[in-house]
Amino acid sequence: MRILFKTDYDQDIRLFKHSGYWWSYGALLLVAVLAPLALGSYLQSQLVFVFIYAIVGVGLMILTGFTGQASLGHAAFLAIGAYTAAYLQKLGVPFVVYMPLAALVAGGVGALVGFPALRLTGIYLVIATIAFGFIVEEVAARWESVTNGNEGMRVKAVDLLGWTLARDGYGFYYLSLAVLILVLLAALNILRSPTGRAFVAIRDSETAAKSMGVNLAVYKVMAFSISAGITGLAGCLYAHKLSFISPEMFTLLLSLEFIIVIIIGGVLGLHGAVLGAIFIVMVDPFLTFLKDDLPRSFAGLAGSLGFSESSARALQDTMERIGGAPGLKSAIYGVIIILFIIYEPYGLYGRWLKLKLYFDRFPVYKKATFKRQKTYVKSERNR
Amino acid sequence: MSCLRVDGITLRFGGLVAVDRVSFAVERGEVFTMIGPNGAGKTSIFNIISRLYRPSAGRFYFDDRDITDVPPHRVAELGIARTFQNIELFENATVLDNLLVGRHRHRSTRVWEDILFLPKVRRAEYAHRHRVEEVIDFLELQRYRDQLIAGLPYGVRKVCELARALCTEPKLLLLDEPSSGLNVEETEDMAFWINDIKKELGITVLMVEHDMTLVSRVSDRVLALNYGRVLALGTPAEVQRHPDVVAAYLGA
Repeated sequence: MRILFKTDYDQDIRLFKHSGYWWSYGALLLVAVLAPLALGSYLQSQLVFVFIYAIVGVGLMILTGFTGQASLGHAAFLAIGAYTAAYLQKLGVPFVVYMPLAALVAGGVGALVGFPALRLTGIYLVIATIAFGFIVEEVAARWESVTNGNEGMRVKAVDLLGWTLARDGYGFYYLSLAVLILVLLAALNILRSPTGRAFVAIRDSETAAKSMGVNLAVYKVMAFSISAGITGLAGCLYAHKLSFISPEMFTLLLSLEFIIVIIIGGVLGLHGAVLGAIFIVMVDPFLTFLKDDLPRSFAGLAGSLGFSESSARALQDTMERIGGAPGLKSAIYGVIIILFIIYEPYGLYGRWLKLKLYFDRFPVYKKATFKRQKTYVKSERNR
Repeated sequence: MSCLRVDGITLRFGGLVAVDRVSFAVERGEVFTMIGPNGAGKTSIFNIISRLYRPSAGRFYFDDRDITDVPPHRVAELGIARTFQNIELFENATVLDNLLVGRHRHRSTRVWEDILFLPKVRRAEYAHRHRVEEVIDFLELQRYRDQLIAGLPYGVRKVCELARALCTEPKLLLLDEPSSGLNVEETEDMAFWINDIKKELGITVLMVEHDMTLVSRVSDRVLALNYGRVLALGTPAEVQRHPDVVAAYLGA
C-alpha cells in the first residue's frame, strides 16, 4: 500500500491523488481510444451506448447520488435534449451550436421541475418525476409541428464544422468519448468545490445544511438543472446515434434503466455511473449470447460427457426456450437489482473498492471495515 | 447593545404552549446558559432562533436587527451558528468536508466558476482550508481529518459539530447540550473549549445544558425555564439557589 505524506493543500484538491492514477487512468483512456480499432462494428456501437448511458449516469449521480433527490424522469430530459437537437438540425443550425443548446433547454426545464421538488421528498418526489416523464412523452406525441408526433423524426448525421460523422463511424465514437470525458471533468470539479459540498450537505442533513447557510431552494434547483443539462447533452448524442427518434422511445422504462445504472454502478462516486452504464448496455449482448451460443455449447458439452444424442438435444431446446422467453431481460434486471441492494448496496464500485483495499492491506484485511452500523441519533422531526 | 435580544417569544403547537412569552438578552462576549427540566422549551427557543420554527408571537433581534422573519439560511450568513442536540453532521462525508461546508457562508465563487475550477476557485479553496485547519488545531481534530463521520465515535462527532459551527466564524454560537453523551474527561475538554471560545475567539455563546458542573464552570449568566416560562435569571449560583428552580427540579 501507498502512504501519502501530505504537505500541501493541493494534495487534497487535485483530481489524481498520486502519480499512480495518471498511469491507470492513462492506460484506461488508451484502451478506450484504441478499442474501436480492435472491436467489430457491433461492439463499437455498444460502446457508444455505454458512453451515452454513462453521461446520463453522471447527470443522475449528481442529482440522486450526491444531492439525494431521486428522479424517475430522466428519460424526459433525454427526450428534450434529443428533440431540441433534431428540431434545430432540421432548421439548419450547426452542430456546435445546437449541442450546447440541447443541454441548456434541458437544463432550463430541469430547473422548472426542481421548483415543485422543493416541497417533495423521497417517494413523493419519485412520483412527481414519473408524472413529469409522462407529460413530456405526451407533449412529444402531440406537438406535431415541432416533434412530428408519433411518426417520429429522422436525425441526419453529425456535421461537426464540415466533417460528417456517421453514426457508426470512428468519428462519432470519439465525439461521444470526448463528451463523456468533459462531463466527467465538470462533475469532478463540481464535487471538489463549494457547490458540490453543498449538494452533499443537502443529501446528508437538510436541517444542518440550512443552518450552515445553504439555501436549499437555490441548490436543489441547481442540482436538478445541472443534472438535466448533462442528460440533455446525452440526448443530443442519443438522437444522432439512433438517427431516428419518436415519443415511445423515452418511456418510464428508460428512466428506470438510468436509475439501475447508478444503483448497480454504486452511488459512492462517479465511477459507479460508468460501471453501471457498462453493465446495462452489455446485458443485451450477454442475453444474446445466452440465447444463441450457450445452449449449443452446453449440448456439445453434454454430448462429449457421454449423454445420449436425444437428451443433449432436449437440453439445448430447454435452454433455448428459457433464453428466448419474453420478459427475461426485465426479470434478470429485477433479480440483479435485488441481489445488489441486499448484498452490495454500494454497487460495482463499492465491490471494486473492497477488492482494492483487500490487496492494499493484504494479509491484514478486516472484513468489518465495511460493516454498516445503524445509528439512531438523527433528529427527524426537524426535516 | 446586546448581541441577541429575545422579546416575548411564544411558540404554540396546537393547544400546547411550548414557549410562553419568554424574554431575555444575551450580552456580547458572555456565556449565557438555559437550563430547565425536559420539555421546558429550551431546544424550541434554539429552533426559533435558527428559524427552523416560526414563533407564534414575539420578535427577536440580533445586533439590534429584527431577524424574526429572515429565512433559515440567512441566519448563518448573519453570523449565528449552531450545534444540534442529536448531532446533525453530514455522515457520508469526511470530517474535512464537513468543516468546509461550515465555510459555505463565506463562499465567493459562482457555480460556473466551480464547474471550470478556475484558478480563482483554487485560491478560495486554499483560504477556506486555511481557516478550517485553524479550527482543527484549536479543537485537536488532526487525526480524524480524512475520516468519514459515519465511522467516528460519538464524542468525536460532538467535537466535529462544534468545529463545523466555528468554521462559519460566527458572532453568536448556539450550543444545544454540548456535553450530552460525553464522558467525564470529554466534558472537561468541552468546558475548556467553551472558555477558550469566549476568551480567545471572543464569540458570544448561548447554550442549553443539563450538566450543572459544566454550567457553573463556564456560564456568566443562567436562565431557568419550566413549561415554557422563565423561572429565574442570574449567575449560576443565584439560579441554583432560587426556590422556584429547586421546586421545578425536585418537586414542590
